[in-house]
Amino acid sequence: MAWAAVALFILWCETGGRSVPQMHLFPAAWTLPIHQWIGEAFAAFTGPSQWLFRGATAALQAPLSALQAMLGALPWAVLATGAILLAYRASGWRLAMFAAAASAYVLVGGYWSPTMNTLAAVALATPLAVLSGFGLGVLGYRRRWARDVILGLLEMMQTIPTFAYLIPILVLFGFGPVVGIVASAIYALGPMAQNTMLGLAQVPPSIREAGLMCGCTDRQMFWRVEFPSARRQLLVGVNQTVMAVFAMVIIAAVIGGSDDIGFRVLQTMRQAQFGQGLLSGLVIALLAILIDRITAGFAAKAGKGARASRAWFMLAAAALLGLYLAAQVAPALDRFPSEWAFSPAETLNGWLLAFVARFGDAMTAFKNAVIFFLMLPLRIGLIKAVSPFTWGFALTPVMIAGFWAVVGIMAGAALLIGGRWRLSCAILCAGWLLFFGTTGVAWIGFAAVILLLSYQLGGARLLAFATAAIAFIALSGSWADTMQSLYLCALAVVICILGGGALGVWAAENDRVSAFLRPILDALQTMPQFVLLIPALMLFQVGEFTALIAIVIYAIVPPIRYVEHGVRGASPEIVEAARQMGCSRLQILRHVKLPMARPSIMLGVNQTILSALSMLAIAALVGTQGLAQAIYVALSRADAGKGLVAGLSIACVAMLSDRMLKAVSRRA
Amino acid sequence: MTGPAVETKLACRNLWKVFGDGADRAFSRSRGETEQKVATLRGGGLIPAVSDVSFDVAEGECLVIMGLSGSGKSTLVRCLSRLVEPTAGEVIFEGRDLMKLSGAELTEVRRHKMGMVFQSFGLLPHLTVLENVAFPLRIQGKGDADRRRRAAEMIGLVGLSGREDAFPHQLSGGQQQRVGIARSLAVGPDLWFLDEPFSALDPLIRKQMQDEFLRLQHTLKKTIVFITHDFLEALKIADRVVIMRDGRVVQIGRPADLVLSPADEYVARFVADVPLLRVITAGDIEEPVPVSLSTNGSVSRDAPLESLLAKLAEVDALPIVESGKVVGQVTTHGLMKAVAAASARADRGWSLERA
Ligand SMILES: Nc1ncnc2c1ncn2[C@@H]1O[C@H](COP(=O)(O)OP(=O)(O)OP(=O)(O)O)[C@@H](O)[C@H]1O
Ligand SMILES: [Mg+2]
Repeated sequence: MAWAAVALFILWCETGGRSVPQMHLFPAAWTLPIHQWIGEAFAAFTGPSQWLFRGATAALQAPLSALQAMLGALPWAVLATGAILLAYRASGWRLAMFAAAASAYVLVGGYWSPTMNTLAAVALATPLAVLSGFGLGVLGYRRRWARDVILGLLEMMQTIPTFAYLIPILVLFGFGPVVGIVASAIYALGPMAQNTMLGLAQVPPSIREAGLMCGCTDRQMFWRVEFPSARRQLLVGVNQTVMAVFAMVIIAAVIGGSDDIGFRVLQTMRQAQFGQGLLSGLVIALLAILIDRITAGFAAKAGKGARASRAWFMLAAAALLGLYLAAQVAPALDRFPSEWAFSPAETLNGWLLAFVARFGDAMTAFKNAVIFFLMLPLRIGLIKAVSPFTWGFALTPVMIAGFWAVVGIMAGAALLIGGRWRLSCAILCAGWLLFFGTTGVAWIGFAAVILLLSYQLGGARLLAFATAAIAFIALSGSWADTMQSLYLCALAVVICILGGGALGVWAAENDRVSAFLRPILDALQTMPQFVLLIPALMLFQVGEFTALIAIVIYAIVPPIRYVEHGVRGASPEIVEAARQMGCSRLQILRHVKLPMARPSIMLGVNQTILSALSMLAIAALVGTQGLAQAIYVALSRADAGKGLVAGLSIACVAMLSDRMLKAVSRRA
Repeated sequence: MTGPAVETKLACRNLWKVFGDGADRAFSRSRGETEQKVATLRGGGLIPAVSDVSFDVAEGECLVIMGLSGSGKSTLVRCLSRLVEPTAGEVIFEGRDLMKLSGAELTEVRRHKMGMVFQSFGLLPHLTVLENVAFPLRIQGKGDADRRRRAAEMIGLVGLSGREDAFPHQLSGGQQQRVGIARSLAVGPDLWFLDEPFSALDPLIRKQMQDEFLRLQHTLKKTIVFITHDFLEALKIADRVVIMRDGRVVQIGRPADLVLSPADEYVARFVADVPLLRVITAGDIEEPVPVSLSTNGSVSRDAPLESLLAKLAEVDALPIVESGKVVGQVTTHGLMKAVAAASARADRGWSLERA
């Protein structure tokens, strides 16, 4: 009933209502200058407190310089050996080998000094993030009200794109490498706070009671009982925090501009030196994997309560000291000799040129096909996309009628034969979007669909949330930008879910595929998002298509993971029962495994959307239109108001879709 | 507990614990008898987990608390040590009302006078066996050497010598619980709480642990409050048993009392599959002596019927002798009657449960 009303309403909007422009484009006159308010509020806050933040910048600059100087002064042999020993301690000789290989790559490639600068920033930001996150986590664990506030803030922080954070921090702390550190510390305290709360809440009550019965005071209770019992979860938090810091330090190169590895990548990308870009990007990838595995290894160990012998530490320390002394006499151990360095960047560039010369036409054809037949129609609608120039013919009224006839027949068939009115509504909506494009549909109609959907899924609460989100987006004047971004994300999400879902099913049914995919997925997931831009950019140049590819590369991981997990998790007894009943393999998949994997698949879809939105912001670097670009532009102008408004709009979309999907899984 | 009155170690008087939001206010406003209060509280969406419980535990006694899952056993013992703050009532330990102690005083009492063993062990995962056992001593600030010596002694007592440096996750369930027991004994407590200490263990290990527990108790002679839902376990170790149902005490008595005269169907069902001949003693079916009976083949009052069967197959009656004098007799007829009555009750309980 409600859907029929909405459909009629949309019909009116798109036909008769066309004469009322307010229905169609959100009128500029209705928007509120929210970004100005934010900017002014921010300025009012910044003015008097500027000295504080600038002081903090100065205070952080000193330890950063000291750390950089120290890491720079230590002989490479000592640092590399230290990394290898640490890797061995964390998870054995395989990781140690990996650490050795990574160190060798960094040294030989000539990336040692920017790498050390990056590590110095990570080393400074991590304790800041860990300590403040831990403090917040403890507060949240102890006080109920604080927990609700903190969880709300963290959710918002996790959905606002990284660049949007940088802007206010930039304004407060000024330019320079310290901004990166502050931004990373703030960005990364989320996982620490969450894991702290989780870890403390998970301490079994019997352990706590045992502590009480032993006569622990409050302080003893916390430091001797709860804290050590939660150690594993806390270390998981440290792991996630370090990874977040690392990713952010890399991204902060965009504004920071010290000689660190992120900046190298950015610089080479700007100069279109893709060979160099790829090589330095690989440094980031290797570092990310190494840091992740080392911290994760310690976290996994902590659960088992194993301890290193003192002798081992003495031995390791002696080895490092020995190397240090040796480096004083053998300069080759101190500074890596430049004649040992070797960079295949030029060769790579040559290959790339040859590759492009060979396959360039085919790739361009592919790219154009996707742009003209998929991306453009979705964005501006068939009605505008189909032109003699692109499709080779113009849209005649007959074709339009034909299109709607097909849509109508499909929807009717779904309703009358299948009896599935939801499917029929979805088909109508898809037809509508395809015809006018996400940027062409009447805003009021789209808003009505979203609101009705929220209400049906999650009742009045979700409806209220959706109303607030839509109101914010529309009133702040971001509607058009949001629809621009939405189309790119939606397309990426659909591709990811179809492609990733298929891969996930395949991996679940085939152990070899699974074993092959796993390390790739691991690597994709640990990698700072920034790095993923390089290959896409290399092959397809700047543009929305490249952004789409980058988003797909990043966001395809969750559907593969969750689908595989869900399908594999189907209860063996039920599968056996189905086989006993004579189901074929496909039937088992269709009727048993996939339905049972549904909760996991829903989670995967949710994660895919969130990943796509977060990657969208990064992809702005390679050219997108819409919200992400607005943030990027605001960043270059240090316009806190505009940047935050665009960032919050993305956060609204993310939180709304998250809630709607969770509501779907709850109903199921 | 037939001997002379001994000193009361622990007592609780009209103890209440109500869970839920605003429990304190709701409780202080509720009026009337226990029944009525419970009904009002339940009606208000609250959970009276312990309602108006009173009992004494004598020095050196082993009191077992039994009841179905959710009947409030754990909550009750936690109230006795104030791990859970009672809503109302008194807990008197060695003549002092625990409810009136300050936080610091309570900590002192727990440090030196009480020990507790948990169903899920509650061992600290990051400490070795030795450190776990030494933990309460460390909390008290005892010196390192002292701690190690005492902990090693306790570990020996529970038969875990040689595993001092293992971590809890490297031990089996039975071994983990031994560590829990050793830890609870490390400070030499006077009062020992055990909350279903053996329930998480498989039957064979459980039996072994029970025997070990009896051996320990034989040498240590602690005052014990022991929770179980296994009547056979209670039978083995209890001096007296408290049966709880929905937060209320249904019956308190010796195991044989419960078997011979259960207060209601609930208790009857609990004792349904007890080996009657092992629980009921000669004293329970004692009859007056007719005229004169020789002391030939005499038995004592607390001899279980099981041990009389062979003799009663030969003669009709056996004399009961206490301190050299014949005080009564056991007859074949009396034995049959008692067993028949008890098993009839058990059957009824069983059929009720099925219904
Ligand atoms: N912290 C709490 N908050 C609310 N209700 C509680 C709490 N702890 C216990 N209860 C309730 O109190 C009642 C008694 O619980 P208790 O744990 O004491 O039972 P129990 O006899 O020990 O059961 P079991 O044999 O399963 O251990 C139960 O209904 C339980 O749900
Ligand atoms: Mg219990």
